[in-house]
Amino acid sequence: MAELTYREAVAAGIAQEMRRDPSVVFLGEDVGGAGGVFKTTAGLLEEFGPDRVVDTPISEQAILGAAMGAAMTGLRPIAEIMFADFFAVCWDFVANEIAKSRYMTDGMVGCPLVIRSGNGAGLRFGAQHSQSIENWAMAVPGVKVVAPSTPKDLIGLMAASVRDPDPVLLFEHKALYPSKGEVPEGEIVDELGKARVLREGSDATVVALALMVPRALEAADRLAAEGIHLTVIDLRSLVPLDTATILRSVAQTSRLFTVEENPRLCGWGAEICSIVSEEAFWDLDGPIVRITTPHLPLASAPNLEDLALPDADRIAATIKAALG
Amino acid sequence: MPVSGAPYGAHQIVLPEPFDESLKDAPIDLETRIEMFRKQHQIRQLEKRLYTLFLEGLVRGTSHQSMGMEATSAAFGAALRPDDYSFNTYRGHGHTVARGVPPEPIIAELLGKATGLVGGKGGSMHLTSVEHGMMGSYAIIGAHLCIANGAAWSAKLRGTDQVAVAFFGDGATNIGAFHEAVNYAANYRLGTIFVCENNLYMEYTPIAEVTPVTHPAADRAPAYGLDAAIVDGNDADAVYLAARTAIERARTGGGPSIIEAKTYRHGGHSRADPGKYRPDPEVEAWLEHDPIPMYHQRLLDLGVGEDRLTAIIQEVAAEIDRAAEAAKSAPEPPAEALWTNVWANGGSQWRN
Ligand SMILES: Cc1ncc(C[n+]2csc(CCOP(=O)(O)OP(=O)(O)O)c2C)c(N)n1
Ligand SMILES: [Mg+2]
Repeated sequence: MAELTYREAVAAGIAQEMRRDPSVVFLGEDVGGAGGVFKTTAGLLEEFGPDRVVDTPISEQAILGAAMGAAMTGLRPIAEIMFADFFAVCWDFVANEIAKSRYMTDGMVGCPLVIRSGNGAGLRFGAQHSQSIENWAMAVPGVKVVAPSTPKDLIGLMAASVRDPDPVLLFEHKALYPSKGEVPEGEIVDELGKARVLREGSDATVVALALMVPRALEAADRLAAEGIHLTVIDLRSLVPLDTATILRSVAQTSRLFTVEENPRLCGWGAEICSIVSEEAFWDLDGPIVRITTPHLPLASAPNLEDLALPDADRIAATIKAALG
Repeated sequence: MPVSGAPYGAHQIVLPEPFDESLKDAPIDLETRIEMFRKQHQIRQLEKRLYTLFLEGLVRGTSHQSMGMEATSAAFGAALRPDDYSFNTYRGHGHTVARGVPPEPIIAELLGKATGLVGGKGGSMHLTSVEHGMMGSYAIIGAHLCIANGAAWSAKLRGTDQVAVAFFGDGATNIGAFHEAVNYAANYRLGTIFVCENNLYMEYTPIAEVTPVTHPAADRAPAYGLDAAIVDGNDADAVYLAARTAIERARTGGGPSIIEAKTYRHGGHSRADPGKYRPDPEVEAWLEHDPIPMYHQRLLDLGVGEDRLTAIIQEVAAEIDRAAEAAKSAPEPPAEALWTNVWANGGSQWRN
């Protein structure tokens, strides 16, 4: 076991796959010589050289286009889109090209690639550099979407994503980069589409993702002190979605809460809500409650940003009020 | 492989060319020059103060400074008419000051205060002041070049002769939006002025490592049927002359211009970056090629008294002191501000 930061886990995950498979290549802005603007990819250029670790121009469309073309023809690219907000300038490649190629060609052309990106708020970067866009991604048929919350999951899901024959968007949470966690020695390979139950309690199920996971855990700790016991599930993967784990837990607790950083409308929790009400309605003892960032752009002022995102206080208070 | 074909990591050191002394005799009236002198000091002193506030832990989020790059903003600030439009990037403190925005709301914005230029909602990267013609700071590279075209088009349809300036960096010339914007403006002869402040670096990567031409903006101009001016971006007079020509062309229906201003940032890309990837001799040469002392000397050579220049510097310093104190003691935005101004009715409601 070694303790790694979430930041270090990015490079560790990429390096693990690049060592294993010479067809894995990595490209993005400032990722090589500079080691990434969040210093997530330090050391990769030195180890794998400029043929496999490419510093690109500021050309997001060219980055994703090149990743797609390379994936179509035998490479396993990992592309970085520095801030998830920048997906908006190259969304054609995600939504129309990469996601659709296998289906449009009736299985002839696949795109085994990973696009990893810094997602989410907490750094006071304002409306154009703080968005949680996992719900945009999950709205596109044909791409898989994962969002790890710990260093170990980051490495394992990175490996699973690289090895997956289909395109995966991997969202790293920018505010988690300094966080630390134990990482076992040796190769780590996880599985896409598996949620993880982090603690079990019989009063309600709380499903969270990425930065919302530690916050949900903190809320669960506080409520436990008050005699309210929560099951907390780290969703980890939005597509494929581990509905079985959620439904199993709801069958036990009879109450469900989602904790989402994405803005309210059409956030991922809405889909979970819809599935649980369709498939487990009679298991529920009360309404499903979504705890989300309001449907607002994000402000840069620290107090306004903090008010917008669900925090442990809001999570605990909402759950307590709803459970009555 | 770097696209330029140079061996990886072989930084081509780019040194400044000496200041063009003959610009002393350029046809620029003295009061305009004094204005550019003042604006350069306003920007430099504001940036220095913001840096101190950052070191005190008061500036949160990110910010991108323009120490060393003041001359281009100042020259355009002096050359534009108050009703002209300007659009800039996240590195926009200087462009904001140059349009006449006072320092207090700028500092307050970076401190996340209620009295900030945009109420604490935007921060360093989104300074905007429509009353000053400063139509915003844009943090997604390339967007505002296209948006500036819209402002130029609107001026044309409304029959005003306002121009629209878009400031951007060398790195921005590699995004599709740059090429779309320039082609669009050229095709419709819009009064857009594209000002590339080439400071040789994107964030940390030298522009030369990812661009196969030497002048990332100017060398692309011929592809769109445009001539480009390449100027010393650290010489306010050089920039002013190019700005005047481009503005005149835009006002009179002559279409867009591209100006590439060669410059260098004294600090790193953003406040957290010490800029260590830049070779020492390059940094040293550009620190020598500082727009501010050069301009000071030029004004002395033109017969302006040292006492007048010193007085300006002191006025600016006093203004910044006042502004910083006021910004520091201002309250943070009220919680209700979270819910305001998503819609034109001032609110954010999306359901009944
Ligand atoms: C579409 C997009 N891609 C990437 C970024 C991240 N980014 C911010 S500044 C920057 C470098 C810009 O370099 P340049 O255009 O030379 O401007 P400078 O910062 O040097 O003024 C990058 C890559 C961004 N903001 N938007
Ligand atoms: Mg630059």
